[in-house]
Amino acid sequence: MFLQDAPEGGVQYWELLVSGLGWTLAVSACAWVIALLLGSAIGTLRTTHRAWVTRVGNAWVELFRNIPLLVQMFLWYFVAPEFVPALKSWVIAADPAHAQFLSAVLCLGLFTSARIAEQVRAGIQSLPQGQRLAGMALGLREPQVYRYVLLPMAFRIIIPPLTSETMNLIKNSSIALTIGLAELTFRAREIGEYTFHFFEAFSAATLIYVAIAMAANRVMALVERRTAVPGYIAHGAK
Amino acid sequence: MITIDNVSKWYGAFQVLDGCTTGVQKGDVVVVCGPSGSGKSTLIKCVNGLEPFQQGDITVDGIPVGSPGTDLPKLRSRVGMVFQHFELFPHLSITQNLALAQVKVLKRTRDEAVERGLKLLDRVGLAAQREKFPGQLSGGQQQRVAIARALSMDPICMLFDEPTSALDPEMINEVLDVMVQLASDGMTMMVVTHEMGFARKVAHRVIFMDHGRIVEDATKDDFFGKPHSERAQQFLAKILQH
Ligand SMILES: Nc1ncnc2c1ncn2[C@@H]1O[C@H](COP(=O)(O)OP(=O)(O)OP(=O)(O)O)[C@@H](O)[C@H]1O
Ligand SMILES: [Mg+2]
Repeated sequence: MFLQDAPEGGVQYWELLVSGLGWTLAVSACAWVIALLLGSAIGTLRTTHRAWVTRVGNAWVELFRNIPLLVQMFLWYFVAPEFVPALKSWVIAADPAHAQFLSAVLCLGLFTSARIAEQVRAGIQSLPQGQRLAGMALGLREPQVYRYVLLPMAFRIIIPPLTSETMNLIKNSSIALTIGLAELTFRAREIGEYTFHFFEAFSAATLIYVAIAMAANRVMALVERRTAVPGYIAHGAK
Repeated sequence: MITIDNVSKWYGAFQVLDGCTTGVQKGDVVVVCGPSGSGKSTLIKCVNGLEPFQQGDITVDGIPVGSPGTDLPKLRSRVGMVFQHFELFPHLSITQNLALAQVKVLKRTRDEAVERGLKLLDRVGLAAQREKFPGQLSGGQQQRVAIARALSMDPICMLFDEPTSALDPEMINEVLDVMVQLASDGMTMMVVTHEMGFARKVAHRVIFMDHGRIVEDATKDDFFGKPHSERAQQFLAKILQH
């Protein structure tokens, strides 16, 4: 049935799945970059013992963690443009897919950044206090202590939770279907509605999600092996 | 070299240091001892500004540690420090551990830094371990690398905070030997330790602390010989039993 022609667009059903997969990967990848950069920055800042920075970081994490993801998606897509006139006129003029994509990337990126920030903070705080002192005692400045001493170990320690965060992000990207982004789940449902073969359509989507998750898992496992520290026993069980 | 003048420090309402006054002359080895919680680590961390203090003055080589205008990282780069738990950087090889701050702080080239590091590694008898990682060395070896790392910055003085108290007994001497060697080379040293054998051998002065106060600040011979405060006597009697 995936080789049949879809009613619109002159494409076959399997091509719809592939294009859905493309959006899923694009949204996930862009959101992941944002999440990792922002999450690392905020997680790091929360460990610097500056009262106001810590408060901003805490507020960030609480805000994005405590609002349901679906609500955040609607807020970004339907509500945010109302507050920014320039954005609103762009949304009206632009291809709806672009606005949907942007909203989904921001929503998933910021949501995941809050969770990664927590992990980065926990990773840094799991290091012995003496590591920071030893870096400072050598004359390294605070950013250098983070860059060369604390973060390299913190990131190694949090690779396992980062892996599950990456998988969550990929799975969460299916929520973008609620704002109309034609990603994988959206396409599976569409095919189901056209053909009434819901079982086959969603089975195909499921397999694809599993394959992406497994690939992401493998990549992270490779990173973990490549960065393993000789002679170092990680604190937690692996 | 180091002057400590009437320094007091509080953690909230709890006073950790109470009017500490002492100093370390160039080329002197000063041993600091005292019961657990008496403020030894806190005092030594105040010397290179790792801990702030609320009252009094500390200067190192004439530079006021507590003054807001002081470039603390720069000052710290000239003061070596060795910690109880070694604190080598586990993700860096021994060579990289030795080179990191030389390159990033002193702006030496990588080659210069590695060369200087290897020279010091040789001095502590570990040249063969240069490619290993800290987790692959014994505690005593790690501590010797940590000493070499501090020396690689060409410090004007060295601070030690219980450098042997996390070590198995059979490794204590290999570290003490390095420190004795360093002392006889004329390095200015402030050493928190309960190794009275080390103090007897190389210390010029011994400081005894209790409850945040410097109770006794005497030459080595006075400290071990003539009568002194009752608190220090009890303490000495206790640790010399071992
Ligand atoms: N960050 C902190 N906050 C509150 N109290 C602290 C802090 N650090 C140390 N203290 C307290 O200050 C006192 C002195 O601590 P310090 O580590 O200087 O003692 P010490 O003489 O080095 O002891 P030890 O022999 O156990 O190393 C202790 O009572 C300790 O509990
Ligand atoms: Mg101590």
